[in-house]
Amino acid sequence: MTVASTSATGRVVGSWRAAWLRVEGHWVWYRRYWTSNLYSSGLQPLLFLLAMGVGFGSQVQPGAATAGFSYLHFVAPALLVAGAAQNAIGESSFPVLSGFKWQKDYHAVTATPVSPGQLLGGQLIWVGLRLFLAGSVYVLVAWAFGAWLNAGVLLVLLVGVATGLSCAAVVMAIAATTYDEGTRFTSIFRFVVMPMMLFSGTFFPISQIPEALRWLAWISPLWHGNELARGVTLGGLEVLPALGHVAYLVAMFAVGGLLARHYFYRRLAS
Amino acid sequence: MTVLESRPGRGLLPRVLPPGLYSGRAKAIIERSALTYSRGWLVFLSGFVEPLFYLLAFQIGFGRLVAEVTGPDGQPMSYVAFVAPALLAASAMNGAVFDSTFGVFFKFRYDRTYDAMLATPIGPFDIALGEIGWAVLRGGLYALAFFGVMTGMGLVVSPWALLLVPVALLVSFAFAAAGMACATFLRSPSQFDFIQLAVVPMFLFSTTFYPLTVYPEVLRVVVQCLPLYHGVELTRGLSVGVLDVSMLGHLAYLLVLAVLGLYGTSRRLHRLLLR
Repeated sequence: MTVASTSATGRVVGSWRAAWLRVEGHWVWYRRYWTSNLYSSGLQPLLFLLAMGVGFGSQVQPGAATAGFSYLHFVAPALLVAGAAQNAIGESSFPVLSGFKWQKDYHAVTATPVSPGQLLGGQLIWVGLRLFLAGSVYVLVAWAFGAWLNAGVLLVLLVGVATGLSCAAVVMAIAATTYDEGTRFTSIFRFVVMPMMLFSGTFFPISQIPEALRWLAWISPLWHGNELARGVTLGGLEVLPALGHVAYLVAMFAVGGLLARHYFYRRLAS
Repeated sequence: MTVLESRPGRGLLPRVLPPGLYSGRAKAIIERSALTYSRGWLVFLSGFVEPLFYLLAFQIGFGRLVAEVTGPDGQPMSYVAFVAPALLAASAMNGAVFDSTFGVFFKFRYDRTYDAMLATPIGPFDIALGEIGWAVLRGGLYALAFFGVMTGMGLVVSPWALLLVPVALLVSFAFAAAGMACATFLRSPSQFDFIQLAVVPMFLFSTTFYPLTVYPEVLRVVVQCLPLYHGVELTRGLSVGVLDVSMLGHLAYLLVLAVLGLYGTSRRLHRLLLR
């Protein structure tokens, strides 16, 4: 490990460098334990692709609901985004709470010249890198199944990371305000995340949801990510809606990030 | 540890099992679980909501994508009716595994609850039976609620479907027992990924969402080895009232898994905590 051998320079490192040190810290851990994370960081979306895209898809006749595409083509981009969102939420809930409460490594990190804000930044960069890595694996394997129609898949990867990060920022803010044993996460997973996975147009278009309840899909970041992802792989993405979806994701990331920053400072710097 | 004098006339188990392993107090463990959950009722309730969301998604979404599938008797049936009994079995599995792995692991490794219990006149077999019994009770409540919703949606068409609830109890029992035995081998929370690695593929591939015929011949055999497959076959057959001899095989598979899991769990607790 390189950090330990760095000789004392007597100066405070820059903001980005400080955040990056946190990423390096994660990387040192990850290099040893990546096998036990193999599942959550890549395998699950692929299993869903096999079961739903190929298995369930064999029962689906391409039609209006799938915009004329085969079900595999319809579901593959959305599964990447949904997997990224789920992954990001998982990485930002209990692991972040643990940094505050059980392992307390956040207190250790902020006892050095690294500030709570930089710690949060490092945490988000780390989640983003993990999502990128997992997404790349997914893209490659799904390609072997013939799930992609064109090169738009590279943009899907970015959409997945963006959607995941906008969820991650919000969940980190929640984690920073959690003082119990994390039981509220169980409720959030079951009452918010799980319905979001099912009803954000990942597996079927939201036009099948009764109109009175469709707004629930509109406020879900996953729906915006799904729309973008399908737009770039299947075609038919128009400029204005696309900008709207991107703006929604960016706004959610900004609000979540600022809130998280506020709570990180409150919990670690006072 | 306190070796108990097994008193005569207290049922078959205390006389069969070696004294010290079982004292007939599994009820106390169940009582303890009920007490702790009386404060976490939201978590308790949420386990019931999850399969409901799934059922809803299949009713409004997936069901429209697939017009009809081939049912257990070779007759076409609606997709929702095809998937609902399978979801019942799958949710019985999920609930049981969640309780018997996550819950047990923390009690076992961190809270040291079982060390404390074994210091009282309670044996490892009591603990295994009590914890698994609680998971089954909880699974049974969810199954009952799920069955109620299925009835409300008009998905129950055969009187045999009444047997769905006891079958769900058996599935809970088998998976809770097997899951708890596995949980005693875990060393760190990050290894829960291995549990997920077993449960999620089983959930996806045990003919829950599409018929077995989708698979190529070789894979069919593999799928038929999965325990959840047998649960799904039982519930799906019962829900439309198609019964045949193979059901006895499915039943036997789940029963054997339950007994092996129960035996394995108490052996592991005995070895890890009592020497």
